[in-house]
Amino acid sequence: MDHTAIISLKNIVVEFDGEQVLRDISLDIHNHEFVTLLGPSGCGKTTTLRIIGGFVAPKSGDVFFDGEKINALPPYKREVNTIFQKYALFPHLDVFENIAFGLRLKKMPNEVVRQRVSEMLELVNLRGYEHKDVDLLSGGQQQRVAIARALINQPKVLLLDEPLGALDLKLRKEMQVELKKIQKNTQVTFIYVTHDQEEALTMSDTVVVMRAGEILQVGTPVDIYNEPRNAFVADFIGESNIIDGIMKKDCLVEFAGRDFVCVDFGFGDHEQVDVVIRPEDIKISEPEKGQISGVVESVIFKGVHYEIRVFACGYHWKIHSTLYEEPGREVGLSVIPDDIHIMHRMEETGNAEV
Amino acid sequence: MLKSKYPAFPYLLFMVIFIVVPLGMVAYFAFTNLNGEFSTANIVEVADYASVIIRSLWMAFVATVISLLLGYPFAYFMARRTTHVRRTMLMLITLPMWMNFLLRTYAWMTILENNGLINRLLKLLGFGTLQLINTQGAVVLGMVYDYLPFMIIPLYTVLIKMDVSVIQAAQDLGGNPFHVFTRVILPLSVPGITTGVTMVFVPAVSTFIISRMLGGGSELMIGDLIEMQFLGNTYNPNLGGAIAFVLMVIILFCMSVMNQFDSDKEEAEEGGVVL
Repeated sequence: MDHTAIISLKNIVVEFDGEQVLRDISLDIHNHEFVTLLGPSGCGKTTTLRIIGGFVAPKSGDVFFDGEKINALPPYKREVNTIFQKYALFPHLDVFENIAFGLRLKKMPNEVVRQRVSEMLELVNLRGYEHKDVDLLSGGQQQRVAIARALINQPKVLLLDEPLGALDLKLRKEMQVELKKIQKNTQVTFIYVTHDQEEALTMSDTVVVMRAGEILQVGTPVDIYNEPRNAFVADFIGESNIIDGIMKKDCLVEFAGRDFVCVDFGFGDHEQVDVVIRPEDIKISEPEKGQISGVVESVIFKGVHYEIRVFACGYHWKIHSTLYEEPGREVGLSVIPDDIHIMHRMEETGNAEV
Repeated sequence: MLKSKYPAFPYLLFMVIFIVVPLGMVAYFAFTNLNGEFSTANIVEVADYASVIIRSLWMAFVATVISLLLGYPFAYFMARRTTHVRRTMLMLITLPMWMNFLLRTYAWMTILENNGLINRLLKLLGFGTLQLINTQGAVVLGMVYDYLPFMIIPLYTVLIKMDVSVIQAAQDLGGNPFHVFTRVILPLSVPGITTGVTMVFVPAVSTFIISRMLGGGSELMIGDLIEMQFLGNTYNPNLGGAIAFVLMVIILFCMSVMNQFDSDKEEAEEGGVVL
């Protein structure tokens, strides 16, 4: 086990009604890190969080906290706190008492409680809301109360289960920045669950991509985006063109009917591979100047860029460009070797080595 | 706006005929004498029966407390079972209510009688007999037996609707099972408790069948007293009306005290509606 890990999951298997929700998951989470569990719904990310929180018991495997095995420890004895999907504030208590809940249980003296609650209200920008009823708060405010309520216990790890899912886009962006700031200031380890890849890339130190109860890739946002381990990760993190290809030899791949120089090596001779190219990495030029040529099918204005579809060599290519292209026009497409990502074919079951 | 008032008219009429008018008649009888003249003598006379009123309130109170203590854990565990088990349990507790009220109470008579089921069993085992019937205990038992479902159902309704994540949040914040119960589950079930208490206490305090059959008339209750004034040989509807009127005022007072516990919650709900 990694000695700097605050939480270690070892070969965790979880079954609900005979169905495997987590298949042999192992993960180390380091102190002070902002870790995001990212994946489509049903991938097991929330279950992983609940394992750490103590609300789900694994069928097999171990959970370690600070090097100590905590499999059998009930939630109320764990030094982790959770922000629930729908905040789960106590409707019978006001803002102050909601936040003070953890301290009241510890029988802290009144002055300490008042002091700490006001610090927390400061942290989450809710000064003056002490005696408001929680039902009267907006979604964003309830969210802040939930954060304050969890952080007042000074947990070593904070678990966040899609905490921004119920907020509108603008508020969500604001809260992303704010959560990141809170995490930096408090130095608490955040384990954050989301299915929003942009959220994951914006906030995290480490992203854990999951699918169908398995971890596909663990890495920094930059690594995950630039060096996705397989086509699923590439597709889930940002948009991609995924094309069938054959690896001719090291640094030479054939797809779309011709050979391309690339930078990947170490594949088998003539191995079938997935070729992943980001839409923003394809350059549009005059037909004769491109590596391949095709016809513009459609153009959609996306704000910052145009999403252009080009049909070339039997594929519908997705290209992001700040320049408009007229549909029907013939264009050339080119991509530099560094932007061609070669990946082993995914197995049908979704099993990928990590 | 005006249009939407018309459908309410039949209900309004119903309420006037069957609620407001009878209430007015009770008040009329209470404040008149046999000749139909205004009088407060009846109300003053009610004071003579203070002991009966206090006993009724006390027995109803005891029955309500016992119902709550029995009903809450039952509702709590029922709410945590699977849908199938819950449905079966709900049916089982309402099952006795399908049977006639008199018959149910009568069944207890045969069990508690001096040569009833229990005493015969005791005799068989060589113990002496116990005086079970015609005691306050028997009346309270009858009340609990008859009104327990009215306690369980509102409690169950509140508990089944309680958000599991709120309970988990309390555990997560360091609440052991005892604290989770006393600080979250119990306060959140107050609306169910007040409804249950009302639905047991009110009928229990004015019952006369149960005290007649299981108390043997020795433990006179308000209900018996009122019944005697109307159907008994001491025919005096004015006194009957006065006792009923006083009882109503007492119950109203008890309920308003009860609702004090619930008031914080209600304010919050009203606020929520405004939003």
